[in-house]
Amino acid sequence: MDILAFLTDGLLIGFVYGIAAMGLTLIWGVMNVINLSHGSIIALGMFALYFLFVSLGINPYIGVVIVAVLGLLLGMIIYAVAIHRVINAPHLSTLLATFAVNMIIIGLGTTAFSTSPRNVDFSLGSATVGPVTLLGTRVVAALASVLITAALYFFLYRTTLGKYVRAVTDNRAAAELMGIPSARVLALSFGLGTMLAAVAGGLIATFFPFTILSGGTYELKSFVICVLGGVGNPLGALFGGLILGTFEGIIPYFLPTSWVPVIEFILFVVILLVRPTGLLGAKK
Amino acid sequence: MNRSRQLVVLLLLTVLVLGLSVSAVAAQEQTVVIGFTASQTGKYNVESTRQINGLNLWLNQVNDAGGITLSDGTVVTFSTVFYDDESNTDRVQELYTRLATEDNADFLISPYSSGLTDASAIIAEQYGKIMITTGAASDSTYTKGYSLVFQTYTPASRYLTGALDLLASLDESAQRIAIVHENDKFSTDVSTALNDYALELGYEVVLFEGYDSGATDFAPFINKIQEAAPDAVLGGGHFQDGSTFARQLFEKTVTPAFVALLVAPPEPSFSELGEAALGIVGPSQWEPLAQIDASAAEAAGVDFYGPSSADFHDAYMEAFGEEPSYHAAGGYVSGLLLQKAIEDAGSIDTQAIKEQLDAMNLLTFFGRIQFDTTPEAHGLQIGHSMMYVQWQGMADALDKQIVWPPEAVTADALYPIGGE
Repeated sequence: MDILAFLTDGLLIGFVYGIAAMGLTLIWGVMNVINLSHGSIIALGMFALYFLFVSLGINPYIGVVIVAVLGLLLGMIIYAVAIHRVINAPHLSTLLATFAVNMIIIGLGTTAFSTSPRNVDFSLGSATVGPVTLLGTRVVAALASVLITAALYFFLYRTTLGKYVRAVTDNRAAAELMGIPSARVLALSFGLGTMLAAVAGGLIATFFPFTILSGGTYELKSFVICVLGGVGNPLGALFGGLILGTFEGIIPYFLPTSWVPVIEFILFVVILLVRPTGLLGAKK
Repeated sequence: MNRSRQLVVLLLLTVLVLGLSVSAVAAQEQTVVIGFTASQTGKYNVESTRQINGLNLWLNQVNDAGGITLSDGTVVTFSTVFYDDESNTDRVQELYTRLATEDNADFLISPYSSGLTDASAIIAEQYGKIMITTGAASDSTYTKGYSLVFQTYTPASRYLTGALDLLASLDESAQRIAIVHENDKFSTDVSTALNDYALELGYEVVLFEGYDSGATDFAPFINKIQEAAPDAVLGGGHFQDGSTFARQLFEKTVTPAFVALLVAPPEPSFSELGEAALGIVGPSQWEPLAQIDASAAEAAGVDFYGPSSADFHDAYMEAFGEEPSYHAAGGYVSGLLLQKAIEDAGSIDTQAIKEQLDAMNLLTFFGRIQFDTTPEAHGLQIGHSMMYVQWQGMADALDKQIVWPPEAVTADALYPIGGE
C-alpha cells in the first residue's frame, strides 16, 4: 500500500485543524479563558459560509473573508456581553460563561437551522500526482491556513496592536500601567480567536457536510492540538494540527479507522503527563 | 283524528326516528389515535420526512373515504400524535412512553431507522400496543420475543445480498469485494449478512470496515479501497453518509466497476450528485417503476389490497409535488396494513388485530406482506423482497432504473461504472 496518499490527506486536513486550534489557543494564552463556545462558533462559520454561497451566490473563498469579519465582530460582542465582567473572576466563572454562550448558540442554531445536515456543493476538481489524488478545495484550505498563520504572526509581531496583545498576554497589570487599554485589547483578542474559529468552520464547510452540532468534534480536536503544540502558542497550534492530521491520515494505513480517536486521546494523555507545556512549549 | 292530522303525526314521528338514528350513528363514531415520532431534525431527516408524508397520505385518504366501519357499526377515523425525535435514541424511548401513557395512542408506527425502532419497540411491547415498523430493517428487533411488533420492510439479512447476485450475473470474473459500512445497527446487520453471503458465493472480501455514524471524511476508507483494488464496493449506511461517500469516491476518481450503497441511491435527491451518482446501485424496498397491482396478485395466487403502485404514485405526487421514494411508500403501507387488520378484525381490540396481522398474507402496491409467527422471530417480514436500482443516463439528466431482480428489470445494468 502507498502510505503517501494517506499522509497527504492527513496533512491537508491538519492545516485546517491548526487554524481552528489557533483560535482556541490565542484566547487561552492571552486571556487565560478556556472558550467552550469554540465549537459552536466553528459551526456558525460553516452556516455563514453556506448562506453566503447558497442564498447570495458568493464564491466560498470570498465568503470566507466575510465570515472572518463577522467572526471578529461576533467575538468582540461575546466578550463585551459575557466575558468582560467575569474576566478577573476564578476560572470556573469564565468556563461557565463561555459554556452558556455555547448553549445559547446551539439552542438558537437548532431552532433556526434544525440539526439537518447541510452541504456547500462546491468543487475545484482534483489533480492526481502518482498515487495521490489532491482535491482542490482541500489544497486551497491548506494554503489559506498557511496564509492566515503568516498574517497572524505579522499582526502579533509587526504591528503596534499586536505588541499590545503580547504585552497584555505577558503581564496585564504592567501593560495597563503603560497606558495600554487592556479591556479593548482583550476584546480584540477574543474577536481574533472567534474569527479563526469561524474561518476554520468556513473552510471545512467547503468539503465536508455539517450540522449546527458539527463544531463539537473540531473543538475536541482543538483541545488536543493546544496541548500538543503548547497552550497559548499559535505556531504550536498549527504544528499540533499537522501532527494530529498526520495521525488521522496514517493510522488507518496500519489499523482499522476506528482506532484513530483512541490513539489520538492516548497521545493527549501522554503529552499531558510527559510534556505538559506541549511540544513547542507553552506561552512565555 | 282526520287524515291530514294523522299525516302530520306520522311525519313528526319519522323525523324523530331519523333524528334519533342520526344521533345514534354519531355516537358510534370513534377516532383512533396513531402515535409515532418523526426525525424532523437530525441525520434521518430526509428519509423520515418522506416516511411521514406517506403515512399522512394514507391517513387523509382513509378519513376522506369515511373511515372504517367495524362489525358493531362503529365508524373509525384516524388522527395522529407525533413528536420530533431529533434522530436520537434516548428521545425515542422517552417520547414513545409518552405516546403510550399520556397521549393514549391506540396504535404505534415506528420511527425511521433500525436503531430508533429497536429502542421504541420495547416500549410498544411493554405497554401492550401494536406497532407496525417501517423504515427499519434489522432482523434482531424481531428475535427478542416481542409479540406485538410487525415489520414492513425486507429484513437486513436480505437487504444487499441481491446486489451480489446482480454482480455475479454481470461479471463472472469479479472476485474481490470491499464492504465499507456505517457502524450503526442496521448497516452493521446488513453488512454482516452480506459478508457471510459473499463468502458463501466464493467472493474474497478484501476490505470489511465500519465508519462512525455522522462521518464526513471518507478519505481514509477511499485510500484503502484504492489500495485494495476491489471489483466492487458495497456498504454505506443512510442518506447523508451514503451521498457523501459516493461524492468523495467520485472526487478522488476512485471508481470501482460496481458500487452498491444502502438507502441513499433510491432517494430521488441522490441524483443531485450529478456525475457522482452515475452507475451507483442501491437496494430499494419499492420503486414506482415496478407495476404492482391486482393482476400481479392473481398471478401470485394471493389477495391484493389497497391502491395500485400507479395510484399511490399519482396520489403522492399530487399531495407533495415530488416523486415518492420507498420511504414514503413504506410510511403509507404501514397505515394500510393497520387498516386491513382492523377491517378483517372488525374491531380495534389489540388481540384481535394481532391475530389478523399474524394471519396476513397478501400483496399490496409495496409488495408481498407476510409475517413470521414463530416465537423465534415473531413479526419479522418474510413475504417482501428487495429491488435494486441504478442511476443511468447523462450527468445532468439521470434516470433511476430497476436493474434487479430479472422479473422487475426496466433497463440493463450499467457495468462497469466508468465504461470499458
